[in-house]
Amino acid sequence: MNEDLGLWSVLLAVIGGAIRVSTPFLFVSLGETITERSGRINLGLEGTLVFGAMSAYGTAVLTNSPWAGVAVAALSGAAFGLLHGFVCRLPRVNDVAVGIALMLFGSGLAFFLGKPFIQPSAPPLPAIPFGFWSSLPQVRAALQVNVLFLAGAALSLVLWWAFRNTKAGLIVRVVGDSADAARAMGYDVDRVRLYATATGGALAGIGGAYLSLYYPGSWNEGVSSGQGLMAVALVIFARWNPLACFGAALLFGGAGALGPALQSVGVSQGYYLFYAAPYVLTLALLIATSSPDRALAGAPGELSLSK
Amino acid sequence: MTARSFSRRYLLGGAGALSLGLLPFGRARAAGALTVGFIYVGPKDDYGYNQAHAQAAKALKGMPGLEVIEEERVPETKAVEKTMESMINLDGATLLFPTSFGYYSPYLLAEAKKNPKIQFRHCGGLWSEKDPKNAGSYFGYIAQGQYLNGIVAAHASKSKKIGFVGAKPIPQVLNNINAFLLGAQSVDPSITCQVIFTGEWSLAVKEAEATNALIDGGADVITCHVDSPKVVVETASRRGAFVCGYHVDQSPLAPQKYLTGAEWNWLPIYKDFIAAMQAGKVPQNFVRGGLADGYVRMSPYGPGVSEAAAKNADAVKAEMMKGGYAIIKGPLKDNTGKEILAAGTAYPEKAAELESTNYLVAGVKGSV
Repeated sequence: MNEDLGLWSVLLAVIGGAIRVSTPFLFVSLGETITERSGRINLGLEGTLVFGAMSAYGTAVLTNSPWAGVAVAALSGAAFGLLHGFVCRLPRVNDVAVGIALMLFGSGLAFFLGKPFIQPSAPPLPAIPFGFWSSLPQVRAALQVNVLFLAGAALSLVLWWAFRNTKAGLIVRVVGDSADAARAMGYDVDRVRLYATATGGALAGIGGAYLSLYYPGSWNEGVSSGQGLMAVALVIFARWNPLACFGAALLFGGAGALGPALQSVGVSQGYYLFYAAPYVLTLALLIATSSPDRALAGAPGELSLSK
Repeated sequence: MTARSFSRRYLLGGAGALSLGLLPFGRARAAGALTVGFIYVGPKDDYGYNQAHAQAAKALKGMPGLEVIEEERVPETKAVEKTMESMINLDGATLLFPTSFGYYSPYLLAEAKKNPKIQFRHCGGLWSEKDPKNAGSYFGYIAQGQYLNGIVAAHASKSKKIGFVGAKPIPQVLNNINAFLLGAQSVDPSITCQVIFTGEWSLAVKEAEATNALIDGGADVITCHVDSPKVVVETASRRGAFVCGYHVDQSPLAPQKYLTGAEWNWLPIYKDFIAAMQAGKVPQNFVRGGLADGYVRMSPYGPGVSEAAAKNADAVKAEMMKGGYAIIKGPLKDNTGKEILAAGTAYPEKAAELESTNYLVAGVKGSV
């Protein structure tokens, strides 16, 4: 069982890490894409993610069903989204500030309610062994793909298609690009944004369920380590495109696996630098794709970022 | 994150300061009772480092004439100074136990200078005669536990590769890594140990990735030195590897795969400090001890431990119980080939050199 794979094991670990670590990034960034496409920013998704992780874990412990946990996480995420959307429709309320408040509120509430769930073990979500064809345990481990990862991948494709081709997608986009145009067409801008934020929250909650019920697969207060915030930044990096979100989430997941994998093959100097790889990567890509002449390509016109 | 600094104690502290300003004698305190403050860096039920301290604090709570106050999740920043000050000024604590490594310098030392009447005892710091006399430190030689872990791991390992998830390359962590491997090599000298540092005391995703990377690299027994070993224990057992625990007993998390574990037992140390305070004396400034002193203990053996392994570990444990056991003894080289100790010399358990370890012994794959 102990064949030495050498540097191949780094590549394998990065692929495996991309599959294992990327799912929360993917769900949060897809959720945020929907919200931002409707013209609002919800910075509170970090709090929603942490609360989703806690509520999913707690529900799974109590009911012994991980899927009930996912459902509760989605519902509580939607509730946070509704709260954000509801507060933001009041006059002269800044969505960024509300988001930061909800981020602190969500994490704090999750820490408070999650106290009794740090110790017990919850049943994990099932994974599909796509590596069955290989005799190498490393390959088999890397290709243990969780159902939620596949759901996220499918969802990014569906969203990409829906934003272009469905009525709902077009309504969200017109509300996000020009509130005046949407009103002239007879759409209730605030209601569309409310629903978009709630959907975004629900997806972030599912991302949290993945954290606590699959990987790393336990609830503690440091379980997200800022992934929700990074995922919100990912949306800008992915230019509000669901397919690009998928790619960016994979990239971040894989980059995060690089540090431990390199140490395991003996590259042990400067691991702090390898751990910074995802952030360096973001900086480099943002600089490479930036332009002094035009606004962010693909940015919804109503976003307070681009206004 | 900003959420951390905005703690409950801040609010309470602010409200308390306000009411004190309005009513100078607003708070009466039970005369004669000793108030002891515990400060933890993480949640106190983390299946790890903080839980080990909190268990001792909980056991103290029943003692007469003693009030125990606690605060969790205090970062290793200026925030711990604020926590200490509020425990001193608002709660009337006269003996403080800030338990995390990073609290000591400069935060605890600064507060000790500022509050000469308050006693500070820190877990893990290296107190010396130059430091304030009202400060001090205590620690257990838990590397002995990791040595015994190593012996049991060597008997369980088929691949002859064992793995260690470390947080930061500080002396205590390096001692544990060295002891884990030396224990294993005492059974089979061909065993090697791969180490992966995560860079932080608690980073769930990175710890899971590190555990996976170790197992992908062929390791089949894993142990760790992070604040909360829960993620490492669960990830390793899901991958089918054996685990040795750390800090507290984690066997409920992996009943089949848990071999044994190195646990803290802080209660005797805290009881001694408190007894000294209650007798009106200054508690000891520098306390160290291992298995023989009862500051460290081992988890019961799991089902994966063979009879031969248990016998071997028990025999070494009996040696350690006599006191003065030396894990680091010559001839010994580090993993870059430099000599650490010549033949015939040794660092027994109370050697001061062990608190400034900056090497990994030969056979450990990794670098400081």
